Amino acid sequence: MCDAKLSLREVSSAYIHNGRILPVLDTISMQVKEGEFVSLLGPSGSGKSTLLKIIAGLIKPDAGSVFLNGKELKGTIVKMGYMPQKDLLLPWKPLLYNAALPLLAQGTGKKEAYNKVRELLPVFGLEGFENSYPSQLSGGMRQRAALLRTVLIDSEVMLLDEPFGALDALTRERLQEWMLKIWDHFKRSVIFVTHSIDEAIYLSDRIYMISELPGKIVLEQAINLPRPRARDIVLSPLFTEYKQNLMTALANETTWGNS
Amino acid sequence: MKKWGNTGANLPPLVFLVLLIAIWEVTGRAFNIPDHILPAPSSIGKALLNNMPLLWLHTKMTITAASVGLVLAVFVALVLSVLMNRVKMIKRVFYPLLVISQTVPIIALIPIMIIWFGFGLLPKILVVTLVCFFPLSVNLTEGLENVDNELIDLLKVMKAGPWRIFKSVQMPSVLPYFFSGLKISATYSVMGAVIAEWLGARAGLGIYMTRAMHSYSYSSFFAAIFIVVLLSMSLFKFTELLAWLSMPWNRIKEE
Repeated sequence: MCDAKLSLREVSSAYIHNGRILPVLDTISMQVKEGEFVSLLGPSGSGKSTLLKIIAGLIKPDAGSVFLNGKELKGTIVKMGYMPQKDLLLPWKPLLYNAALPLLAQGTGKKEAYNKVRELLPVFGLEGFENSYPSQLSGGMRQRAALLRTVLIDSEVMLLDEPFGALDALTRERLQEWMLKIWDHFKRSVIFVTHSIDEAIYLSDRIYMISELPGKIVLEQAINLPRPRARDIVLSPLFTEYKQNLMTALANETTWGNS
Repeated sequence: MKKWGNTGANLPPLVFLVLLIAIWEVTGRAFNIPDHILPAPSSIGKALLNNMPLLWLHTKMTITAASVGLVLAVFVALVLSVLMNRVKMIKRVFYPLLVISQTVPIIALIPIMIIWFGFGLLPKILVVTLVCFFPLSVNLTEGLENVDNELIDLLKVMKAGPWRIFKSVQMPSVLPYFFSGLKISATYSVMGAVIAEWLGARAGLGIYMTRAMHSYSYSSFFAAIFIVVLLSMSLFKFTELLAWLSMPWNRIKEE
């Protein structure tokens, strides 16, 4: 665990729902290494979002601890490149301000912050849209803008919660390829939450599969596909093998009617 | 609200209004309706012109009472709703009181205010504030409750301070609620001032109206009503203009 950027030790969490205790996460332990792309794969409602919020310090775990660079985070909000499921762009601000928000929040001057955003706009395919309001942008552009904002949060770990979940299949594939380029460009550790097996394999170095509620890690799968990855890698035998593995694990874990 | 003051859209209601006034005038003349039943628009217009200096004197008082009262109401509503949003206990204690304050008949309250504060401007301003702060507080409270907590969480993860969070999340998301409350309050404010003046004042459109009534000068009475309508509408339009200016992102949506 010595070279782990971020690690979780036996994190558990529960909600109280209608007077009943509803366990959400069950003794989750995991690590992310420096510059590693790790996916959390699991069915909807398996507590993945809760886990990200715990890492970001927005929710306190009921048990267990989170370590960043070997230091325990004691439930305080840590500056993290957190990107929630919704793009959460401010509808009342143009793209430039939205993307510059993390810098402005840190007290950077407006001019300097905007210049930094302008430099990055081409990387995110958003040049010419800096003065557009979120309502004028397409779904894909909004996600890219949200990702640009996330990148500008000055932290070594990025927590991405199903960033492409609401997009159509084609846009989604294009953004996945582009996501890999961005990751290569910024070299940050990433925790990527998804419920798509293909997306997880295509993007990740490692996948943790989480079960239905209460979320438990049921499988840890290293993905040894070569990088950089072209789109047709999804047709390779190794890719199919990983997919088979994960699908079987998922099927075994899906126990509707048993509980 | 694409463009401010879109003349094309304003034309049909304007034409309709002119038509109504014309019908009023024509029927008045055709049936020889006397002034003490319903004065014709032309005699109201004449009264308006003849009494201009006097009417303006009274109008100034009403404008002062209505506008100062409204501004005061905005402050009271802002402070109250922010406090109620921050501390749930304050909300539990104060919210029922707010509602009760609106159930007391204002017409019964005014004589008490006159006893306490005299015939001057102060009781009028207080009545206007009392009438106007309620729609504002209710709207602001609801607006603050509907601020997206996820947006606030996001800014917290960016380590943004409370002022940044207020400025870039809470304030803009409350603005539409604030302005829909302000539109109601703005129209109430002139009416509140007139009612307060009606029951006793040194000057003001309300007292002017009672005097006109008592001296059977019905066209002057209607002239005062005309000014009240004009004032209320101008305040309403002014509020819309403010809303349009302060929420540029709303203009873009409909383009």
